[in-house]
Amino acid sequence: MSVSTKAYSVSESGKRTKWLAGGMVVVYALVSMIPLVWIVLTGFKSPPDSIAYPPKVVFEPTMEGYVNLFTSRSRQTPEYIESLGPPQTWYDALVRERNMVITGPSRFLGRYWNSIVIGFGSTFLAVFLGTLAAYAFSRFRIPLKDDLLFFILSTRMMPPIAVAIPIFLMYRELGLSDTALGIILLYTAVNLSLSVWLLKGFVDEIPREYEEAAVIDGYSRLQAFVKVVLPQMRAGIAATAIFCLIFAWNEYAFALLLTSGQAQTAPPFIPIIIGEGGLDWPAVAAGTTLFLLPVVIFTVLLRDQLLRGITFGAVRK
Amino acid sequence: MAEVALHQVTKRFGETTAVSGLSLDIADGEFIVLLGPTGAGKTTTLRLFAGLEQPEEGSVHIAGHEVTCQAPAERDVAFVFQQYSLYPHYTVFENLAFPLRAPGRRGSPEAIRRRVQEIAEMLRIESKLNNRATELSGGEMQRVSIGRALVRQPNLFLMDEPLSSLDAKLREDLRVELKRIQRELGATILYVTHDQLEAMTLADRIGVLAEGRLVQIDDPREVYERPTSVYAAQRLGSPSINLLRPGTLGLENGPGGTETLGVRPEDVVLNGRGVAARVLTLEHLGVESIALLEVAGAGGAPQQVHALLGSQRGVAEGDSVTAAVRPGAVLYFDGEGRRLATGTTGLQERRP
Ligand SMILES: Nc1ncnc2c1ncn2[C@@H]1O[C@H](COP(=O)(O)OP(=O)(O)O)[C@@H](O)[C@H]1O
Ligand SMILES: [Mg+2]
Repeated sequence: MSVSTKAYSVSESGKRTKWLAGGMVVVYALVSMIPLVWIVLTGFKSPPDSIAYPPKVVFEPTMEGYVNLFTSRSRQTPEYIESLGPPQTWYDALVRERNMVITGPSRFLGRYWNSIVIGFGSTFLAVFLGTLAAYAFSRFRIPLKDDLLFFILSTRMMPPIAVAIPIFLMYRELGLSDTALGIILLYTAVNLSLSVWLLKGFVDEIPREYEEAAVIDGYSRLQAFVKVVLPQMRAGIAATAIFCLIFAWNEYAFALLLTSGQAQTAPPFIPIIIGEGGLDWPAVAAGTTLFLLPVVIFTVLLRDQLLRGITFGAVRK
Repeated sequence: MAEVALHQVTKRFGETTAVSGLSLDIADGEFIVLLGPTGAGKTTTLRLFAGLEQPEEGSVHIAGHEVTCQAPAERDVAFVFQQYSLYPHYTVFENLAFPLRAPGRRGSPEAIRRRVQEIAEMLRIESKLNNRATELSGGEMQRVSIGRALVRQPNLFLMDEPLSSLDAKLREDLRVELKRIQRELGATILYVTHDQLEAMTLADRIGVLAEGRLVQIDDPREVYERPTSVYAAQRLGSPSINLLRPGTLGLENGPGGTETLGVRPEDVVLNGRGVAARVLTLEHLGVESIALLEVAGAGGAPQQVHALLGSQRGVAEGDSVTAAVRPGAVLYFDGEGRRLATGTTGLQERRP
């Protein structure tokens, strides 16, 4: 019997206002899509097209950027390439047109995998710990509760990078530099305050009577939490998870500072993909396009929950 | 033997004492209704029985055992909350089955299905079993809430104003239903309400709470006819009892120490022998009418009196009438609001 707190405008807006508002939304959406579209297009350009001036909107698409993204290549003489026999695959052929041969896979997949492990791992941890902490803060009598909540929030009062040097030194000392575990812990720590605060709001909105009813009906507190509270927190958890994932996924500065080899994530790796004569822009764009996908997919999957979650309960059914 | 009881229970929330030295014995199969204004401690009393609150002092007994330190789950009681008790993420069926699926009580799926079906039919919500809990009307939600308590056979039912959010018609239907079900199951129920009609019709005994204390507990008729205090007298009856200064309406002073006279509106009769009065307003309620009269008070200041008129006609607003009190129907209260024994005159048998 939750009360709807949805706010309706006092008077129904007229047709013209609606069209105007709709038009503005569409224009805004298009404008904010331009960089995305540009990145996606650039991924299919040839290196000369990608840096052509004036910029080319119409061009002949090629998979070169993607092939370069995933492979290492070396330049060879035409005679040597001739001696290899006909190309085995379409990407062999593509590379040979530029007098190159593929020498092996690039490091991109490894970096991408690191991003996935670290991004989702730290998101899971931040949301998991955040849910438990939020529940405790909302339901239990905790000494110095308000102070604790304030301390937790205060970790957000400066940009995390402000503590980069202590963390760098600490990580070196602890052997956490360039490890996935180290980065997961760091991102979890940064996201935890956001997650506790957001989720506490969602727990606060769930009346205690639900749990009390379950406890009277013979369930333990933990069972009541799992069966009654968690399902009603779904929207909040989804929204929180997306915020955490977006931060962890896009984080650049710490990743650059603390990872260089085996634990490096995609953000510090993609912008420095070198091709012939400098940055390989199509490969960079291709990498960026692929980098955007997981967050897009995650967001689309959780879309329904998210709409309810991000409005912070304002449109709860 | 009292099956369910509170002994000298006190519960405080910081500065406020929600329940204070409360003792209450409930016999097996008894229907007790707690009456009292907001903040009197009714909800807290229920929560003490359920184990949702721990008393600072005193003990709680259920089914003959002391349960003061037991967790809610161990007490085997059912609670109907005033609101918020249906799980929005479950269907009606799952809501009703929820108590039956608790660990330690888990029956076979078939047995659960049968029991839920049975209760749903009893409450006439069987057609809604597959609805989401959020897709119900207020009345249906409340039925499901009550149904969730009824699916199992607990030692004690606790109901906190279960019908208060419903419209009048539905409330009446469910009230009748509830009484029937209680008789059928022989259930022991502790029930909180604001509604006097519910209290009068449902209760085997009515407990009147004031500021965390039980000021009177008796069968409904007794509480109505022999309230121990002005406070208890005011809890029942609509319109509520007239409180008059001695001398008003030509009444005797009563026993020594009388400060206030209580006269139920139905005991005020018009147009017989009596004092002069003027009809200020007249409300027609169908069978009955309520007249608000103005009479000369004790010191000469006019006083207002409600009179409940049966099918009596011939009275209109602004009329000058005579008013008197049915003989022997007066309650006498002292300066602290306690009712005084009326000695030999006693309280006469009233009309049936
Ligand atoms: N959890 C609580 N914390 C603090 N005070 C409370 C709490 N529950 C009840 N009270 C106080 O105890 C008194 C009795 O409350 P309650 O039992 O809910 O009354 P009722 O149900 O009769 O309206 C009130 O003064 C109320 O403010
Ligand atoms: Mg209450």
